[in-house]
Amino acid sequence: MSVNSEIQAPRSARIAPEYMRNKGRKGNFEMYAWLFMRLSGLILVVLVFGHLFVNLMLGDGVHAINFGFVAGKWADPFWQVWDLAMLWLAMLHGTNGVRTIIEDYAEKDSTRFWFKMVLYVASAVIIVLGTLVIFTFDPCPANASAELLPSFCPAP
Amino acid sequence: MSTPTEIPEGPSKVELAPGVGGGGEIPSFDVTLKVRRYDPEVSAEARWDEFKVTMYGTDRVLDALHKVKWEHDGSVSFRRSCAHGVCGSDAMRINGRNRLACKTLLKDLDTSKPITVEPIKGLPVEKDLIVDMEPFFQSYREIMPFLINNGHEPTRERLQSAEDRERFDDTTKCILCAACTSSCPVFWTDGQYFGPAAIVNAHRFIFDSRDDAGDMRLEILNDKEGVWRCRTTFNCTEACPRGIQVTKAIAEVKQAVLSRSV
Repeated sequence: MSVNSEIQAPRSARIAPEYMRNKGRKGNFEMYAWLFMRLSGLILVVLVFGHLFVNLMLGDGVHAINFGFVAGKWADPFWQVWDLAMLWLAMLHGTNGVRTIIEDYAEKDSTRFWFKMVLYVASAVIIVLGTLVIFTFDPCPANASAELLPSFCPAP
Repeated sequence: MSTPTEIPEGPSKVELAPGVGGGGEIPSFDVTLKVRRYDPEVSAEARWDEFKVTMYGTDRVLDALHKVKWEHDGSVSFRRSCAHGVCGSDAMRINGRNRLACKTLLKDLDTSKPITVEPIKGLPVEKDLIVDMEPFFQSYREIMPFLINNGHEPTRERLQSAEDRERFDDTTKCILCAACTSSCPVFWTDGQYFGPAAIVNAHRFIFDSRDDAGDMRLEILNDKEGVWRCRTTFNCTEACPRGIQVTKAIAEVKQAVLSRSV
């Protein structure tokens, strides 16, 4: 029987190093993140179900959705703002949720760091591209070949 | 001396079914105890040991562990002090749930299958069912679990209304057994989270009208590893052998942190 000499005397008030907490990180970030999750969740319920109701149930309902329908909505500043709010809130809400999952399940700091980097880059790309599309969408771009354009575009 | 108007009741008598309580025979049964064993002086690997013991309907898991230790294998190690659910020494994972071995009756468990007994999770195991509680107590110490009062020291006790006392009554019941903290999946990951027990004991002073350091405790728990890591899975509330509404207490501390800074 080999005796392990690294076993410490009980009650030596020694704390295993992996349990030591990093001190000094002040600030309210986690509190605001927690609050944002609740508020954005509430607003998203309204935005998402409003979006589904308008797109799928009003008028001809789901049969009305086509390129022209989307083009019509994005010609209206009201729907631009609606969709922008939905995009930003959903992306930030989802990103923070996945960040939380990474914090809870990744055990090593380096694993955490890289997972979070991938997450933040992916989120940033989607938010930037989505915002760009909402504001720069043009159903009838100039100088496009006629067969690619929808029927409602004025003849060039 | 006045004459009694009512005839006093005779001594009460409860009819018991034969074999139940009273003077009858206590039912006995065989149980298999499956104990998680770990001894770093022998092997770095943990293993399961099974013990078959004959126990009685009035016995608890702790009695079965005693029987194993005293009659079968003296090397089985576990903590216990008062053995009556007050000292908080014998929290362990019994059939996958954190409980006190001294408050869990064998007859309430499924005795047809082996009863698994493991150390509580998330803390370093020292031997068999004994874990290193030091990280747990460190978090407890950090929230300053003592009365801080900036006023003059009174010559008599500090008075408090019954309503003010009621405000934090639930969280005074904590016995620091670590059943809650070691049932929390967030604590299991890396042991950095303050844990439900520390927050419960902070709650006990934050909402005490006689205490003046509530703000300091809220600041401590506003940490990255503080109350905001709680995911409200309610594991702690389910695990608490004292029936403390742990998740509710954590939510109240969250509210207090919020209303202080927003």
